[in-house]
Amino acid sequence: MPKLKSLEDLKKVREEASRDIQVRLDTGTKIIVGMGTCGIAAGARETMHAILEELKRRQIEAHVTTVGCIGMCAFEPLVDIEQAGSGRITYGRVKPEMVPELIEEHLINGRVVEKWVVGRIPKSPAQGE
Amino acid sequence: MRELSLHILDVLQNAREAGADMVRLTIDENEAVDRLVITVEDNGRGMHPETLNKVLDPFFTSRTTRHVGLGLPLFAAAAERCNGSLAIESAPGAGTKITATFQLSHIDRAPLGNVAGSILTFLMGEPPCDLLFLHRIDGRQFLLDTRKVREELGTVPLSHPSVRQWLQEYIDQQEEMLRGGNDRTVSAA
Repeated sequence: MPKLKSLEDLKKVREEASRDIQVRLDTGTKIIVGMGTCGIAAGARETMHAILEELKRRQIEAHVTTVGCIGMCAFEPLVDIEQAGSGRITYGRVKPEMVPELIEEHLINGRVVEKWVVGRIPKSPAQGE
Repeated sequence: MRELSLHILDVLQNAREAGADMVRLTIDENEAVDRLVITVEDNGRGMHPETLNKVLDPFFTSRTTRHVGLGLPLFAAAAERCNGSLAIESAPGAGTKITATFQLSHIDRAPLGNVAGSILTFLMGEPPCDLLFLHRIDGRQFLLDTRKVREELGTVPLSHPSVRQWLQEYIDQQEEMLRGGNDRTVSAA
């Protein structure tokens, strides 16, 4: 059995994490996963987990968070990707197995994955600066 | 919902939407009386009696984005088909307490499933909300208090990848010990 985790381990985590914390806070990428009843029932928890794993694997800094239902329940799990200066894209029916392609195309290659887009909010004039 | 932990995540999200910054989640499995009791108690804004009377109606919701509210009705249905029930206590300013009771051995009772996954997903949400999680199985128990975790972390948020990984492994290990009764084996050795 592996070594048991304890609260003591957090001292080391704190030390290491506080070094890169500012970088993380300043990242311009936000990923928002719909986590209302509809999202949860459609598998959003697993989708979010897949996103976090993929970001970790590729060492990409992004702020990942959840939101309640936005009214497009039929398209859950919904994943929004918002990048500084380029508006917000909503992807629908995002299954865990779609996540690697989504992250690679959108975040690494900078190309919107049109086949999965269900909505978009253009960047506001103030945002583009 | 295929797992009870998904209902738990759903109710935890309700607590955050209600403005709670502290939630107590208790899972109590008692084989002797064949009961599983899940309680979620928050310090959010609470509900007026007229709202409380309607929350189990699937066609009622406080949202404006859609016209149905299935979270609690689904949780109630899951409990009721397992010889159990769902009770809701709430008052404005006094928070909300949800108690779901199941017959532990009932053939229709969904498994708890990925409890660690639900807790982590909840902790990633905004605004931040603390969680006191107590899981009791017969005589044994596991307690997680995110306030203590945050105390150790200072300014490092719970959503930091290293912290998330620690939480995931910590909860999984503790849950496994609780389930397998390894602590009993250890103390007997």
